[in-house]
Amino acid sequence: MDTIAALRTKFIEGNYTPVDALKGALAVIKEKDADIHAFLEVYEDAAEEAKEAAARFKTEGKDAPPLLGIPLAVKNNILVKGKRATAASKILENYKAVYSATIVDRLRAAGAIIIGATNLDEFAMGSSTENSAYGVTKNPFDTTRVPGGSSGGSAAAVTMGVVPAAIGTDTGGSLRQPASYCGLVGFKPTYGAVSRYGLIAMGSSLDQAGPLTHTVADAELLHTTMAGLDTKDATTIAPDTYPSFPSKKTYTFGVPRHFLKDGVDDDVLALFESHIKLLTSLGHKVTDVTLPLFEKGLAAYYIVMPAEVSSNLARFDGIRYGLSVPGDNLLDVYEKSRAVGFGAEAKRRILLGTHVLSSGYYDAYYGKAELVRRKMRRELTATFKDVDFILTPTTPTPAFKIGEQGDPLSMYRQDIFTVPVNLTGVPAITFPMGVVKRERVDLPVGVQYIAPHGGDSLLFAAGKSIYDKGRV
Amino acid sequence: MRCMKRDDIIHLAKLARIRLEENELVSLENELSSIVDYVGVVTEIAGEQGDEAPELGLRYNVFRKDKVTNQPDQYTKDILAEMPDTDGRYMKVKKILTIDE
Repeated sequence: MDTIAALRTKFIEGNYTPVDALKGALAVIKEKDADIHAFLEVYEDAAEEAKEAAARFKTEGKDAPPLLGIPLAVKNNILVKGKRATAASKILENYKAVYSATIVDRLRAAGAIIIGATNLDEFAMGSSTENSAYGVTKNPFDTTRVPGGSSGGSAAAVTMGVVPAAIGTDTGGSLRQPASYCGLVGFKPTYGAVSRYGLIAMGSSLDQAGPLTHTVADAELLHTTMAGLDTKDATTIAPDTYPSFPSKKTYTFGVPRHFLKDGVDDDVLALFESHIKLLTSLGHKVTDVTLPLFEKGLAAYYIVMPAEVSSNLARFDGIRYGLSVPGDNLLDVYEKSRAVGFGAEAKRRILLGTHVLSSGYYDAYYGKAELVRRKMRRELTATFKDVDFILTPTTPTPAFKIGEQGDPLSMYRQDIFTVPVNLTGVPAITFPMGVVKRERVDLPVGVQYIAPHGGDSLLFAAGKSIYDKGRV
Repeated sequence: MRCMKRDDIIHLAKLARIRLEENELVSLENELSSIVDYVGVVTEIAGEQGDEAPELGLRYNVFRKDKVTNQPDQYTKDILAEMPDTDGRYMKVKKILTIDE
């Protein structure tokens, strides 16, 4: 599939229309999605929108809105009015969104056509899309492997060639890790840059929505379309909340060397070293940094996130909407509906969150984790005085096999490089740094650039000059 | 050593309003124990509360006019349609109080 930019050029030339693009997308779904299972639902009314977009290109030409006629897929924890919003959970199996997320409204206002809803780990909780109540999504590079998660359906939809880009959410790496496993660009904005209104909340102090694309330029276009203050989300930030960072010709990258010692695959490390060589050959400076707290982020994350999960998921009780299992009294309805409606990982995190927030443990866990978070932010602020970006592999390994990560903790460790970014609220981008061979299949792996708060545009500038330029 | 016992899990499930099956209890006892054990490291790295400078500016209040922005009944029909059980414009729920005979 083309990039958004390439599609737009074709649409303006007029020989290939949004109707053709949609037909092409549906053909790929028909051919491949029975096997890959990226989509939970395909929207039939997209055909009407594609026709309108094609007609508009005839009259508006290159003055048409920037995303006019571009087919997009959206993760199914993002509300689209009138469509089912399942969050890949049984408890929301038949729930129809009564309003649209702000980001959906903004994408549509820019002309985008949402062609369907993609699969995810239930309530975005997981790193493999194996936790979906509606079946696992497979990695298009190797269907015995996971696409990553939780935005695995969105990543697979782009990689298998249905759409030029898809939207997902990232609470601890859920955009960047699948981007790494599926050979895509993934972007997690500064916390507050993008409205969370209409996202099914997981960890409210961590969640951000973002794009999965083939190029950094496409990611920038989608992000800037979605971003900005929203009166419906009081945590959105103004353009001047953080200082702005002018783009430069060359940048300084900080590498937390000691963080790469344990648990990182040798082939991934070799790719990472060659990316460092690429950077220095392009005139950038690479230096060592130490981030002792950043390294321990995963432990703090598995306190803060479940605490927020247990609070956010308390609303699913079988009373106002979603699955309701009959019971003798109100409490019975609650307990039975939640027992049947939630999957194993959701239950684990709800109970863990209940534990860390319960009387007698709150100070020892949640209070300490929030303190660690503050110290991590301070550590980062100090580090960003010396470097423009922090550089890490996005994931410690390439895509793992479906069913390979048996126990929850080993699955959680897939996110060691991504969760500290959410805990501190800084932005990060990932793009492919190369491939490693596993069982004669080339599997992509991503490199992650982390910027200070408000450094979103700096990541795009660097990504375009380093990745997009080198891309054939 | 397991730091989460069976009774702890039962208590948490009650607080979280989730009914657990026997097999879930067994696996959760193992899994939550290892996770709680793992996250315990925050106590070491957090240090003492006192040495933290307050983060001014990071949290602030956001106000808006107390103004109705919806039309009457704009969402009512759609929201009612999502409710498991309704009676006219009301949501029906099971009784909350039970009287012991």
